[in-house]
Amino acid sequence: MPDQPPMTLFSMTTRAMSAQMVRMNAATSNLANAGSVSSTEEGAYRPIRAVFAVELDRASGLAGVTSSGLVRSETAPTKRYDPAHPLADADGNVWEAGVDETSEMVEIMDSARQYQNLVQALQTAKQLMLETLRSQ
Amino acid sequence: MNERLFGIHGAALTLRSERMGVIASNIANAATPGFKARDIDFNAALDARLSGGRSSSGAASDPRTGPISGMVYRQPTMPSLDGNTVELNREQVAFAENAVAYSATLAFVQGKVNTITRALKGE
Repeated sequence: MPDQPPMTLFSMTTRAMSAQMVRMNAATSNLANAGSVSSTEEGAYRPIRAVFAVELDRASGLAGVTSSGLVRSETAPTKRYDPAHPLADADGNVWEAGVDETSEMVEIMDSARQYQNLVQALQTAKQLMLETLRSQ
Repeated sequence: MNERLFGIHGAALTLRSERMGVIASNIANAATPGFKARDIDFNAALDARLSGGRSSSGAASDPRTGPISGMVYRQPTMPSLDGNTVELNREQVAFAENAVAYSATLAFVQGKVNTITRALKGE
């Protein structure tokens, strides 16, 4: 990235916070789709996960983080026999999204904790910078 | 000039600021797979900076030209499966400790500046 301005503490924290937000949004989408039902195995919802990658800025020595993409995990959908379901196929089966609600909740909590940590670190750094600026 | 005026505190303040960036990088990468947490060995880095600033005239003492000396990888208490060595509790403590030390160094620098200002004003 040749045209990027040098990374500062602020831009680094901003990027990290955006990355955490992507992660939290992915987990929330998974939770929202937990229990969604499809009539085919291929059509069932697969959970998504954010992938993080380091973004080293050589000029300042800071290492930011970027979410390099989202991957669909290959969790197999659960087959359930439910002939009364309107989406059931010829054999009377429906496929439920293979979302583990507990692990998604843990993911959200972990992400929220790290987000808090970033905000706290930024606040402290900002306060120190302001103190340095105010001193005559 | 800068070194004569502020003594050790000028270099220490720069180094504290850089260490703050390094620890903030660790906190930012707490969830990145394979990320190795880094830290600055403050004593070693300060020694290197002070001796580097004295022996050569200018170029070597510029902190932006080369990597910070005294940079070390953090040894994790327990290795994790994804190769990430960031432990948030340690980073938090290190960040807090660094912030307090930054404040202390800043107070020293401020004291110096106040002394010089008063001497210049002739109060």
